[in-house]
Amino acid sequence: MRDKYDIIVVGAGPAGSITAKTAAMRGCNVLMIEKRQEIGDPVRCAEGVAKLRIKKYIEPDERWIAAEVMGSRIFAPDGTGVELSEDVSGSEVGYVLERKLFDRALADAAALAGAEVQVKTRATGLIMEDGYVKGITAMHLGCEEVEIRSDIVIGADGIESKIGRWAGIDTTLKPSCVNTCAQFLVADIDIAQDRCEFHLGSAVAPSGYLWVFPKGNRCANVGIGVGGNTCNPGKRPIDLLQDFVRTRYPDGKIIELVVGGEPASGPIERTVANGLMLVGDAARQVDPLTGGGIANAMDAGSIAGDVAADAISEGDVSEARLQEYDAGWRDEFGKRLDRSLAVKDRFVTLTDDDLNKLAHSVEGLDFATMDLFGLLVTLIKKNPKSLWSLRKMFV
Amino acid sequence: MISVNRYKCGYCGACVSVCPVGAIELIETWIEIADTCNECGACARICPIGAIEVLA
Ligand SMILES: Cc1cc2nc3c(=O)[nH]c(=O)nc-3n(C[C@H](O)[C@H](O)[C@H](O)COP(=O)(O)OP(=O)(O)OC[C@H]3O[C@@H](n4cnc5c(N)ncnc54)[C@H](O)[C@@H]3O)c2cc1C
Ligand code: SF4
Ligand code: SF4
Repeated sequence: MRDKYDIIVVGAGPAGSITAKTAAMRGCNVLMIEKRQEIGDPVRCAEGVAKLRIKKYIEPDERWIAAEVMGSRIFAPDGTGVELSEDVSGSEVGYVLERKLFDRALADAAALAGAEVQVKTRATGLIMEDGYVKGITAMHLGCEEVEIRSDIVIGADGIESKIGRWAGIDTTLKPSCVNTCAQFLVADIDIAQDRCEFHLGSAVAPSGYLWVFPKGNRCANVGIGVGGNTCNPGKRPIDLLQDFVRTRYPDGKIIELVVGGEPASGPIERTVANGLMLVGDAARQVDPLTGGGIANAMDAGSIAGDVAADAISEGDVSEARLQEYDAGWRDEFGKRLDRSLAVKDRFVTLTDDDLNKLAHSVEGLDFATMDLFGLLVTLIKKNPKSLWSLRKMFV
Repeated sequence: MISVNRYKCGYCGACVSVCPVGAIELIETWIEIADTCNECGACARICPIGAIEVLA
């Protein structure tokens, strides 16, 4: 490790790796650090992603594709099912990834593009001078804290991000703005391998949902996410999940446990400061409705890497210059996040009865060529009263 | 007092994101809580696995 770089990227998830790769390909001198000793492990993800959005950045490789899905099925509390197709895109399904390998492949690509990667290296603070971020302090392999300087620091440090806070951007989430999740990888079960399932209702997942994402070979990620404000002792995600899996897959074998939180706040006000940018979960760029964050993190990383490279070559890394990144990602997917937040805020107030009624209102309709957005538009048209507040955003 | 059950904790970092005073740090497979903790209970509330408790 040197003591000065053009850009330091903190965190080697999808956001960090794409940022580092993009900036390195533009000729910048990039250091990407990851505090874990193994990139991609442990996983905190259901691993579903839209094919089209991934292919923009990396050639599909069967090593990190666990399953391919054609669509999804959403179940109302009374079991009424609505089927959605994937090929009109926009939905969060397509591939079910093997994130341990996917994240490594992305980090690999960043390294091949010329970025230096260091693992078991944790950022512990920022160097601030004259109102500018000028680098980080870090612990490398558990040794004494060192200073590493750079013109720009990029916080790609995930849900537990500290980089923003250290620079004066408050990224603290309210408990209601975190989806708290638990997931089992369940083996040896009979499930459709070409479709993702979502189950709604207070019995399985109060103010959240349960998902079943196939991982090939009679395995599936079965997980639950609920709003942090509704998470109570005895009814935590782990308890709800154990109940569901015991009843639904009594013979299934649990071969992995994943816990985690999804930021569900919707976009934050500011993602840049002098010499600093936030990308991915650190910038709370996760879709608040679906919990999908991989593709947004990659889109944001690619914009951030480009803007950082331009800013450095121009010798201006002020907040005003880096604002181009903030505007860029909002342009790309900011509206989608706003819309999803509005839908989520409305849906968490619906009772099981309301949800059943919504499902019945579209029962029998053909959604085989429709995505989540199309379904929501139809629901709003058919249920103008109960979904009135969402009308303007969709129709 | 805040108590973390290291045997339960799944080192996911969700608690770090809700702490209003930034008192929690996730390091590899455990979390550390600094004495700036004001015992607000937000972390205990959202933990998916119930690894944190605020003790009276
Ligand atoms: C249960 C669950 C299910 C999900 N399911 C899906 C899904 O199906 N589809 C989807 O698209 N998204 C899903 N998500 C969201 C998705 O996992 C995230 O949006 C995505 O990982 C964000 O990528 P990132 O690079 O921003 O952050 P991360 O992948 O979290 O990477 C951040 C990295 O930064 C490192 N880091 C943190 N602090 C420091 C530090 N101080 N120094 C050095 N390194 C540091 C961390 O160790 C971590 O490796 C899910 C999330 C959860 C919790
Ligand atoms: S939220 Fe719970 S499981 Fe996750 S790191 Fe904090 S204490 Fe551990
Ligand atoms: S109790 Fe509140 S202040 Fe203390 S560590 Fe938890 S979230 Fe932070």
